[in-house]
Amino acid sequence: MNNLWGDSLSSFWSAWIIIVTLGSIGLAFWLLYANRKTDKIPDEQGNVDTTGHAADGIEEYDNPLPRWWFQLYVATVIFALGYLVLYPGLGNFSGVLGWSQESQWEEEVAQAEERFTPIFAQYQEVPIPELAEDSEAMQVAERIYQNNCAVCHGANAQGGYGFPNLTDDDWLYGGEPENILTSLNQGRNGLMPSWQQLGEENIENVTQHVLSLSGLDHDAERAEQGAAVYGSVCAACHTAEGTGNQALGAPNLTNDIWLYQAPGQSVADSVRQTLRNGRNGHMPAQAAYIGEERVHLVAAYIYSLRLDD
Amino acid sequence: MSTALEHPTYNYKVVRQFAIMTVVWGIVGMTLGVVLAAQLVWPELNLGLPWTSFGRLRPLHTNAVIFAFGGSALFATSYYVVQRTCQTRLFSDKLAAFTFWGWQAVIISAVVSLPLGYTTTKEYAELEWPINILIAVVWVSYAIVFLMTVKQRKTPHIYVANWFFAAFILTVAVLHIVNNAAIPVSAMYSISIYSGAIDAMVQWWYGHNAVGFFLTAGFLGMMYYFVPKQAERPVYSYRLSIVHFWSLIMVYMWAGPHHLHYTALPNWAQSLGMVMSIILLAPSWGGMINGMMTLSGAWHKLRTDPTLRFLVVALSFYGMSTFEGPMMAVKTVNALSHYTDWTIGHVHAGALGWVAMITIGSMYHLIPRLFGRNEMYSVNLIAVHFWLATIGTVLYIAAMWVNGILQGLMWRAINDDGTLMYTFIESVEASGPGYIVRLIGGLCWVLGMLIMAYNVFMTVRRGEGARQPLPQTA
Repeated sequence: MNNLWGDSLSSFWSAWIIIVTLGSIGLAFWLLYANRKTDKIPDEQGNVDTTGHAADGIEEYDNPLPRWWFQLYVATVIFALGYLVLYPGLGNFSGVLGWSQESQWEEEVAQAEERFTPIFAQYQEVPIPELAEDSEAMQVAERIYQNNCAVCHGANAQGGYGFPNLTDDDWLYGGEPENILTSLNQGRNGLMPSWQQLGEENIENVTQHVLSLSGLDHDAERAEQGAAVYGSVCAACHTAEGTGNQALGAPNLTNDIWLYQAPGQSVADSVRQTLRNGRNGHMPAQAAYIGEERVHLVAAYIYSLRLDD
Repeated sequence: MSTALEHPTYNYKVVRQFAIMTVVWGIVGMTLGVVLAAQLVWPELNLGLPWTSFGRLRPLHTNAVIFAFGGSALFATSYYVVQRTCQTRLFSDKLAAFTFWGWQAVIISAVVSLPLGYTTTKEYAELEWPINILIAVVWVSYAIVFLMTVKQRKTPHIYVANWFFAAFILTVAVLHIVNNAAIPVSAMYSISIYSGAIDAMVQWWYGHNAVGFFLTAGFLGMMYYFVPKQAERPVYSYRLSIVHFWSLIMVYMWAGPHHLHYTALPNWAQSLGMVMSIILLAPSWGGMINGMMTLSGAWHKLRTDPTLRFLVVALSFYGMSTFEGPMMAVKTVNALSHYTDWTIGHVHAGALGWVAMITIGSMYHLIPRLFGRNEMYSVNLIAVHFWLATIGTVLYIAAMWVNGILQGLMWRAINDDGTLMYTFIESVEASGPGYIVRLIGGLCWVLGMLIMAYNVFMTVRRGEGARQPLPQTA
């Protein structure tokens, strides 16, 4: 089957396709041509006899094929044969135009690159904080954002369940231009391990401690017990004070911002779920999709979102 | 004019059963369509439940209208036509009864399994492997009943309608078995034996021939009996029947790749799909011409006979959508139309305008004769149904043309800097008004079907008395 499906066919399959294709078109044409006339001659009014058979009272006239229909049929056959001369279709014969969908795509991309690259190259020269003030550049950047980023981070960039808000001052990996560029170009993988092995009792205690870090309602006794577990297990990434670590992408637990709080879910439930099952956040690397020039512009757009406040 | 009841040796019981279920499944399938149309306007109507979500109801809608409504109509008419045109009773009453109950079991299995989320993910072939085996068994039984009846015919010729029915039955058996070849993993889960682009190609070879043979050849069989019968005119051209029948069934087989333009499918396969779709135009129109020209000398009947109007308008929509199809198969047109609502509109021009209209016209001819009456309980209600169906179809396809072209143009529009001018969600918002118009079109259709159900109910009830004294073998 691979021989039938690759970029180039084996000569057997190529010949097979050519013979079956042209044979079928030829057969269709022969069928049409052989039946172009009737056996019976229409009278002066153009009326013809029936064939003589009747089925449940239904008779059939022996009218000839309508001329325009015959011509339409012939025209489509001519079109088909012409197309198969010009374009790939008959096995390995690639057509006299040398067209393929891959070459069409490559040509169009090359044309687009030629036309649009200078625009983005020019923006790439500009440092991000400066570019963020350029309203014309930001219009272009917003379009790129809306078509590539908004599907997760929202049209207003305020994020959603599992997708960080880009308009506030809470940064998992840092909000400086170079941090944003790294997040965009290379992507991020935020891994919070599951702590099921701590047992439900400890998970509840740590949950209460985490709630206390943001000053939320909590069970003081349990929070105190949880603090010890927190110190030995969680502080390594989230720090003893719970302020997080941007080098690791470990969230700040003291600012009452909860990335994984599902709609209608309490903070406590969200934290419990995180502790039990862990979390796995994935930001795909964008350089491969939209190129570093456009990433530079989008980084400036994201940087600009805080400037409005 | 002879009526069905002069031939008490025919098996009409199975025809009656399928005819009634055609109306029932038509209402169910189209109501599901209206629910889906409403969900696209108001997503809250998904109700937040998995079983009522769009993704699960949509395959139920397509299976219900194609295989339950269309399938029952094809069984009913093919069993009726083959007996009357071959002047012999069905080959086996028991096997025919099995096809009825087996087919209904398939439909019930779909009604249960699809909302529960069981799916092979192949469009129009979503049902899982145990149901597919049942379909294959029922279908082979259908082929035996039909072909053996033709074999035992008491007439010298095989009438053209039976050519189409036979081609449809044989081809659908092959399509179904090849496309659903899979390795079972558990009771309701299987994996296709094909992979990647080959899987896609086999799926659309099946998918387009489901249109070509199930929804076209089968219904042309219906057309070739009920149009000349209702118009009481001879078929226009026997010669045209021959040429368009053989070219239709030969060329349709090739058209599948046009569903996969600009994909991982090799260039050669895409091109062959496109050129064969173009060649398909004349063979398709052959059926329309033969039906339309059969009416010459009988056009005045359209003024008084709404059943004939259904049949003729069905042929018009058939001609329109078989012109649209080859055009959409041209790569440059497809680049605009593919993945947009235009495709949905094209499908419904065929499904509502052609398949449903020819079915309903045929049923209005068939049902009174099956229940011992000369015509339906109310001819005026047929006329009301006709206008609702016609207006509904026009609203539906016009809305989808507008939406489709709008979406295609919005998706490809770019700014001077090469960025896309519109986000995807903006094209969804712009489609809103079209979705409302489509919903209204669908509501017209369901209302028409409910009127038909009332008309059929009254016809059957009044027919019971008339039927009683005659000797019945069924």
